[in-house]
Amino acid sequence: MSGIQKLVLRRIGLGIVTLFIVSLLIFIGVELLPSDLAQEILGQAATPETVAAFRRELGLDQPAVIRYLEWVAGVFQGDFGVSLANRRDVAELVAPRLKNTMFLAGYAAAIAVPVAVTLGILAALFRNSIFDRLANVFALSSISLPEFFVAYVLILLFAVNIPLFPSLARIDDATPFIEALYRTFLPALTLILVVIAHMMRMTRAAIINVLAEPYIEMARLKGVPRYKVILRHALPNALPPIINVVAINLAYLIVGVVVVEVVFVYPGLGQLLVDAVAKRDFPVVQAVGLFFAATYISLNILADVLSILSNPRLRAKA
Amino acid sequence: MTNILTVRDLHIQARHKHGTTEIVKGIDLDLKPGEVLGLVGESGAGKSTLGLAAMGYTRDGCRISSGSIRFRDQELVGASASTLRHLHGNSIAYVAQSAAASFNPSHRLIDQFTEAPLEHGVRSRKQAEADAIQLYREMQLPNPEEIGFRYPYQVSGGQLQRAMTAMAMSCKPDLIIFDEPTTALDVTTQIEVLAAIRKVVKEHNTAAIYITHDLAVVSQMADRIMVLRDGHMVETAPTEEMLANPKEDYTKSLWAVRTLHRETRPRPEKTPLLAIDKVTAHYGEFKALDSISFDILPQRTVAVVGESGSGKSTLAKVITGLLPHSPGGEIRWQGEALPPRLQDRDKTILRDVQMIYQMPDTALNPRHRVRDVVGRPLTFYLGLHGAEKEERLRSLMEQIELDPDIYLNRRITELSGGQKQRIGIARALAAEPRFIICDEVTSALDQLVAEGILKLLLKLQEKYGLTYMFITHDLATVEAIADDVVVMQHGKIVEQGTRDEVFSPPHPDYSARLLASVPEMDPHWLDRVLAEQKIDLLENN
Repeated sequence: MSGIQKLVLRRIGLGIVTLFIVSLLIFIGVELLPSDLAQEILGQAATPETVAAFRRELGLDQPAVIRYLEWVAGVFQGDFGVSLANRRDVAELVAPRLKNTMFLAGYAAAIAVPVAVTLGILAALFRNSIFDRLANVFALSSISLPEFFVAYVLILLFAVNIPLFPSLARIDDATPFIEALYRTFLPALTLILVVIAHMMRMTRAAIINVLAEPYIEMARLKGVPRYKVILRHALPNALPPIINVVAINLAYLIVGVVVVEVVFVYPGLGQLLVDAVAKRDFPVVQAVGLFFAATYISLNILADVLSILSNPRLRAKA
Repeated sequence: MTNILTVRDLHIQARHKHGTTEIVKGIDLDLKPGEVLGLVGESGAGKSTLGLAAMGYTRDGCRISSGSIRFRDQELVGASASTLRHLHGNSIAYVAQSAAASFNPSHRLIDQFTEAPLEHGVRSRKQAEADAIQLYREMQLPNPEEIGFRYPYQVSGGQLQRAMTAMAMSCKPDLIIFDEPTTALDVTTQIEVLAAIRKVVKEHNTAAIYITHDLAVVSQMADRIMVLRDGHMVETAPTEEMLANPKEDYTKSLWAVRTLHRETRPRPEKTPLLAIDKVTAHYGEFKALDSISFDILPQRTVAVVGESGSGKSTLAKVITGLLPHSPGGEIRWQGEALPPRLQDRDKTILRDVQMIYQMPDTALNPRHRVRDVVGRPLTFYLGLHGAEKEERLRSLMEQIELDPDIYLNRRITELSGGQKQRIGIARALAAEPRFIICDEVTSALDQLVAEGILKLLLKLQEKYGLTYMFITHDLATVEAIADDVVVMQHGKIVEQGTRDEVFSPPHPDYSARLLASVPEMDPHWLDRVLAEQKIDLLENN
């Protein structure tokens, strides 16, 4: 087995341990939520006996430790339990939402990442020029405005004033791909505007940092043109911080989009989570929470491994 | 013969927050094809700035304010970026001080070699790679066919410096600027690099500007020497004439620095202050010190000599307790065993053993004032406060020959390198120690400044009966201050004894090589050593 495979396996092992700890935290968090589901569903008028019977039926009378272990054991077998609110299989409930969330995140990322990195490189190349300043002002303002505000402004501009795009991003399994891209353009654009600044500024900073290295001066004194100095000599050495900030933003695109989903009434995981919390539907909350944690962990593992691969010395050591 | 490079009345300004300062002040320079000019001076003399300007290049914040630089018939001052780019790497090449920092860590050596020829369109990739292997061979690199396919981190410092010279030759330029190419190397490595550079430059009849602060080195390399000070030219003359008969006082003072020599003192029969007995230390699995034993007698100076990686600094860490030594050995302070760990030692030992560091820039907190840096040990070890402390502070400042009225309230950043090192000495002295470890304390300083520091340390030793352990790789420093010498290599002691014993034959192989590698101010020294010792460059790698 090569060193890099060993490294990846070790990171995955650590990721699973982290996921365990997170599962415990999610479970405790859900336990701490006030009131219980049986009371909630049956209403104030229910007798204590009915409530107790209903609790037994749902398995809520078991001690927390037992319920945690049963849940974890189930997850290991791919069984996330049954929704307490409507008795449907959690996996079945989550799957289509997950698909939608990944679609929107992928859509936004496919545009945001290349644009942000390119803008960052250009800003570093033309440091302190008008272009650099404009890019900075644009990036800072888009990151400073709250997402819902950006979303409503976009709706106002491109759905109301100039009706180019729909303001509601309703899609389902039957929606053709191109049609889905069109309908979700505004939420994707909102997300792009929110994540682009962070990645662009980090790319710019990482490259400028590397530009102070003696090997950059050396490259210039070999007569290498400026753009090649940046692409060939600066960028490869600036990759680790860029990869990390891209990974964090990808994770955000998947797990942090609740507000955008609500504004555009988009059927994603965020909406599902908010609904489930409101209904005290613990199995759904737990499953979505676990998925979000797994997303963060795996993207971080991926970023670590890619950073290591980008450095010949670490690559050889790994 | 027409000049390849002609500089006339060159002025270069540096911008800073209060305006501009002129750092090159009207320099004329002529270089004939195939000639090697040595630029000598202390830091801040403007030699690197002048060297880079010869390529029409200035670093950020600097600009050529007036004057002319002609490369053959091409005026470089005010030349367009694309004109300069066509010359750089192609007709004029640059060899930087630190090859380790100047090779891009992400690319293999040969890809960095072929970059300039391909960019300038003077070679095909295949031809350029063949050239690379040929030049690696000429630079006497081991495995010339294969070494180019390694990444910079896989190659030693001396080899990298030779690979960089090879890279500079990749387009067969007419002029190469060497900017302190061997300053960062150990002496035994330096000699190989010097020999290889000189051979290649001579064989290809390349003109060169060789920048260095080391006179002995420049006298091996240069046909002619130019001495710079504060951006002015002090004097210029052919190498032999310059060495034999320097005209200006400043040049004479530079020439005289290396003559500091301590009187031999007989080794007294006393109990050692510090006895190191079969001490071994590890970094993880790696054995950094291997059964080291030697004694340090009171009021004497022991120089610990060796190349980087020999374990000298590890030894200092083990003595101070920062790195606990492995079980088995013992360090005795006045006959009593010291606990290996710093945390287990009592305060009197901490006070008795002080350290002065190589880089005063990093060893002193730049945000603090001199008063804080020197005052803290006065309070910590001696419990001094108020007027008493103030009085001690002032007397310490007088000891290190800095005016207390001017310097006590300065920030560390407002001091020069030599002044910072004096503050480092004052901080060590403040504890009223008996034993001071000096870790390469002069190697970051210019020669004149370094000499001042060494003289100060000798004076303090006389006055307070201090004992020094002096870690250094510079044998001239050993000559200047040591009573006893310990030579280390690969974590082991190769030779030890009084200075006169170690410096006179017979020597173990390694000491002999170390001693012979120290450059001398004789233009024929390198030829002589190469001939006498028949140093087989390939075998040493």
